[in-house]
Amino acid sequence: MSNEKGKYTTVSIPTPLAEKIKKRIEGTGFTSISSYVTYVLRELLASMEEEEEEVFSKEDEEKIKERLRALGYLD
Amino acid sequence: MPAPHGGKLVYRVNNKIEIADLPEIRIDEDMAKEVENIAYGVFSPIEGFICKNDFESILEHMRLENDIPWTIPIVFDIENGIKEGDEIILKAESGTTALFKIEEIYGYDKKKYAEQIFRTIDSAHPGVKRIMEMREKFAGGKITLIREGEEKFKKYYLKPYETRILFKEKGWRDVVAFQTRNVPHIGHEYVQKTALTFVDGIFINPIIGKKKKGDFKDEVILKSYETLIKNYYLKERAVMSILRTMMRYAGPREAIFHAIMRKNFGCTHFIVGRDHAGVGNYYGPYDAHEIFNEFPDLGITPIFFRSFFYCKKCGGVVNEKICPHGKEYHIYYSGTTIREMLIKGETPPENMMRKEVAEIIMSYENPFVE
Repeated sequence: MSNEKGKYTTVSIPTPLAEKIKKRIEGTGFTSISSYVTYVLRELLASMEEEEEEVFSKEDEEKIKERLRALGYLD
Repeated sequence: MPAPHGGKLVYRVNNKIEIADLPEIRIDEDMAKEVENIAYGVFSPIEGFICKNDFESILEHMRLENDIPWTIPIVFDIENGIKEGDEIILKAESGTTALFKIEEIYGYDKKKYAEQIFRTIDSAHPGVKRIMEMREKFAGGKITLIREGEEKFKKYYLKPYETRILFKEKGWRDVVAFQTRNVPHIGHEYVQKTALTFVDGIFINPIIGKKKKGDFKDEVILKSYETLIKNYYLKERAVMSILRTMMRYAGPREAIFHAIMRKNFGCTHFIVGRDHAGVGNYYGPYDAHEIFNEFPDLGITPIFFRSFFYCKKCGGVVNEKICPHGKEYHIYYSGTTIREMLIKGETPPENMMRKEVAEIIMSYENPFVE
């Protein structure tokens, strides 16, 4: 993959794995080993995304619930 | 519940900022909505109007510079006289007031911008036209909301931090979002209910804002959905709130953008229909489905639907996957046909639109934008 404006870097993977990927992507929409590896890694990392941290204090959260009740969203 | 896009829900609100000596720029209501969307995290992880590297990365790669998926640039075009490092106050007639710290000012290629986002440079496309009318430079930098503007539909204006708490309180783990800019017909209802069957709740999220002549008025859309939900949905399974942003008509790119915003509201699934966010014939009818293949890391699951229709032979609402009968048996749900009937004062048949919904629409002397 070209190093377009420094936005790409090279990662080494075992040659047999690269060969497997090459066969795997034949006839698919993937145009290169790099595009496949990028796709898989993005998918993997996204699946490991952590749960959100709480932005509001318990007190703030109660105020929000109160507003939601007043608007009829919560009983 | 999914983490907000980029991992953290943006919340940039501070009503204690001293603004007396700062220069002020008037912004229109569309821009005011973008400012509030940034501040309240609808656009998380974006914290302000984007700078050049993000702008170029979005155009080229449909991602922010840090590789997070993002398909529509959130930009602020500026007049001469403003420079990097300035702090200015953005103020709208509705009252929206925000501090804008200018980090970068940069030029851009309008044709490239239009081509990459809209796949056309045809100025008949409303998004292209908008770009061509923009000033020559953009300013990027963080926004802090000082005062929220007035909102006509305040009851329905929920922010992501509120919907996230709402879904949690309702015990909804899987939530499907439905984007709309129209009144509901039976086809819409079946799409929503088919998706709802597999999740805990549905988040009906009409886009409210500038519309073109002949569109249904925002008030009519909201009232008709209110009626539909009241009469045909379980109260504990459906929530409606508004999304205050302009339509870009960017088709597939906008479908991704719409999905990201709903992820920030706490949704796990997003319904994508035929020609989502399309206009004219600029996009293929299912381009907005295919683009999702490029984003394995989006963090929200698209649910793709083709059109539902009524089959006289089946005696019910079906779609092409489940109905074996010919087109001669099919009645298609056409927004245009329904609109024409309503203009003539005719009530659409009940296999096309719920009676209660039609009655609400017809109770308006003029339900359309003039």
